[in-house]
Amino acid sequence: MLEIFGIPSTALFGQLLIGLINGSFYALLSLGLAVIFGMLNIINFSHGAQYMMGAFAAYLLLQYTGLGYWPALIVAPILVGITGVIVERLFLQRLYKLDHLYGLLLTFGLALIFEGLARNKFGSAGLPYTLPDSLRGGQNLGFMFLPNYRAWVIVASLGICLGTWFVIEWTRLGAYLRAATENPTLVRAFGINVPRMITLTYGFGVALAAFAGVMAAPIYNVSPQMGSELIIVVFAVVVIGGMGSILGAIVTGFGLGVIEGLTKVFFPEASNTVIFVIMAIVLLVRPAGLFGRRA
Amino acid sequence: MNRVISLAALATALACTSAQAQQLNVKIGVLTDMSSLYADLSGPGSVAAAKLAIADFTKANPNVKVELVSGDHQNKPDIGSQIANQWFDVDKVDMIIDTPNSGVALAVSQITTTKNKVFIVSGAAASDLTGPKCTANTIHWTYDTWMLANGTGKALAKTGGDTWFFLTADYAFGHALERDTMAAVEKNGGKVVGKVRHPLNTNDFSSFLLQAQSSKAKVVGLANAGGDTINSIKAGAEFGIVKGGQKFAGLLVFASDVNALGLQNAQGLTLTETWYWDMNDTNRAWTKRWQQERAGKFPTMVHAGVYSGLTHYLKSVAAVKSAADGKAVVEQMKKTPTDDVLFGKGTVRADGRKVHPAYLFEVKAPSESKYPGDFYKVRATIPAEEAFRPLNEGNCPLAKG
Repeated sequence: MLEIFGIPSTALFGQLLIGLINGSFYALLSLGLAVIFGMLNIINFSHGAQYMMGAFAAYLLLQYTGLGYWPALIVAPILVGITGVIVERLFLQRLYKLDHLYGLLLTFGLALIFEGLARNKFGSAGLPYTLPDSLRGGQNLGFMFLPNYRAWVIVASLGICLGTWFVIEWTRLGAYLRAATENPTLVRAFGINVPRMITLTYGFGVALAAFAGVMAAPIYNVSPQMGSELIIVVFAVVVIGGMGSILGAIVTGFGLGVIEGLTKVFFPEASNTVIFVIMAIVLLVRPAGLFGRRA
Repeated sequence: MNRVISLAALATALACTSAQAQQLNVKIGVLTDMSSLYADLSGPGSVAAAKLAIADFTKANPNVKVELVSGDHQNKPDIGSQIANQWFDVDKVDMIIDTPNSGVALAVSQITTTKNKVFIVSGAAASDLTGPKCTANTIHWTYDTWMLANGTGKALAKTGGDTWFFLTADYAFGHALERDTMAAVEKNGGKVVGKVRHPLNTNDFSSFLLQAQSSKAKVVGLANAGGDTINSIKAGAEFGIVKGGQKFAGLLVFASDVNALGLQNAQGLTLTETWYWDMNDTNRAWTKRWQQERAGKFPTMVHAGVYSGLTHYLKSVAAVKSAADGKAVVEQMKKTPTDDVLFGKGTVRADGRKVHPAYLFEVKAPSESKYPGDFYKVRATIPAEEAFRPLNEGNCPLAKG
């Protein structure tokens, strides 16, 4: 059998695929962050908490209304997105004129509050959520056993990412949005309701986080701290990709998932830090990020 | 010294029978994790258990007045130490109990010794507390890493699980658990075919599980805790680890973790604990009382240990008639056998190790579980004398004698 650095090539393919799956989550989450930063200029630190809220919403829907995984995939992001809209109306819209730091502090505080409330109500150990029956089992690919659910994660995440990218870069709505970030006064003069568009954009970014949360619920521990553990990595992904760059967030999300996956084979102890090492190097060489435009 | 103390105790005991029982004041501090990853297995549940112990004891001994305080150490040794210092110096606390997180527990144990108070550990795991770091003021009550490793490792190695692959949390606790389990497995004819050290709080375990799968080991030992264990098992169920004929060994799994996993994911998992709420009628009756404050939750062995340890402490304080001298109280606790409704009869050893039986459990399949909280079936009972590390192997200066 062909070996690469002492690892059988079949095992390596398996790890590459797994890296891609983890990258799906990074891509989904950093996409939401990039949309919010690109359009609102807000560093949304409560993104992790909103991801957690998505998973909790899925659990609560199942527990109290009997709605299973598939409906939750639609309903939970809408519900959490609405909370995002409320947050934007109540707090964030007052901060656009101020320094980035204020938005960051506000959303960080909100994240702590959301997490604290969840912990107070549900405890810290986590809540059970099982795989949907239709995605149980898996395929034997020869080089690895691929659970059906993980395959679905890649497909769904790619679909959402490319869809979002297409809407923002290639449609009229996207053009309005981009124009509104460049020059809100002028766009308003054309009769477009800019504040409402911004509110809905934030709601959409938050809904993306919640969507990732529902996707994560069957395979990761659904606990109040699930978001805070992930969010730091996702921020690193966004910084590497270039703050606010949609395509950058998607490509680096998947790419870093693969790099992290390979680290787990060759030097598992470093798998938590490898992304930050890459971030440091990228910041040295290209401070605006791989896909970022120089401000 | 011992003789003087016991004579004094005897004299006061004699005096007591003739005179009226005098008023005794005791102050207890539950130092625990109220808000983070150990809050479910200890935390507010430990406070509830302490309240029950106090209520039961003061009912039978109305001359003892017990006050209870609680604090959140946030899993930081510096914060834990600060609270302990303040409790002992300013608030006149006589005894600290619970304290999950071995790092915090080791720090508090040192402080307790310098202030000559009492520390009863129910929540922390490190067997060092009764090993090289043992003190004359600390008692380790419920469980420890050696007992977990030995219970699960030995039982599985003996019943055919002779090849092991470890998923180990890459810090002191994980390394200790891995080391102790490897020793137990190898001593019983097993072999370790591989291991991987993962960072604390890893989200995705699938790539480690692929490595475990390709190692063909019969048992995948999880030398990690909390969210890491839950994530490993959840991913394992998905990747068909158990269906493929491999077995998970949870080296530190609490009832609260099983609840978070759901039986669908956790079924078949083998683990060791010293107490389970649904084991007999007395435990069930106690759980009902505990649930009056913790509705919908199930007590863990740590909670039961707080009740049991506090009960024995109060008995001993009543016997020596003062809580002021911590060493004297601990001396008394070691001298008298323990006896309470949850752990039955037991002893406290010279090194501060409380000794009682342990149980090897297997998590039920969803179809076998009849009501909420119906998690385990008992696979084996490990008698008290085999459950914990032998006295002479711990390198505790107190045990050499």
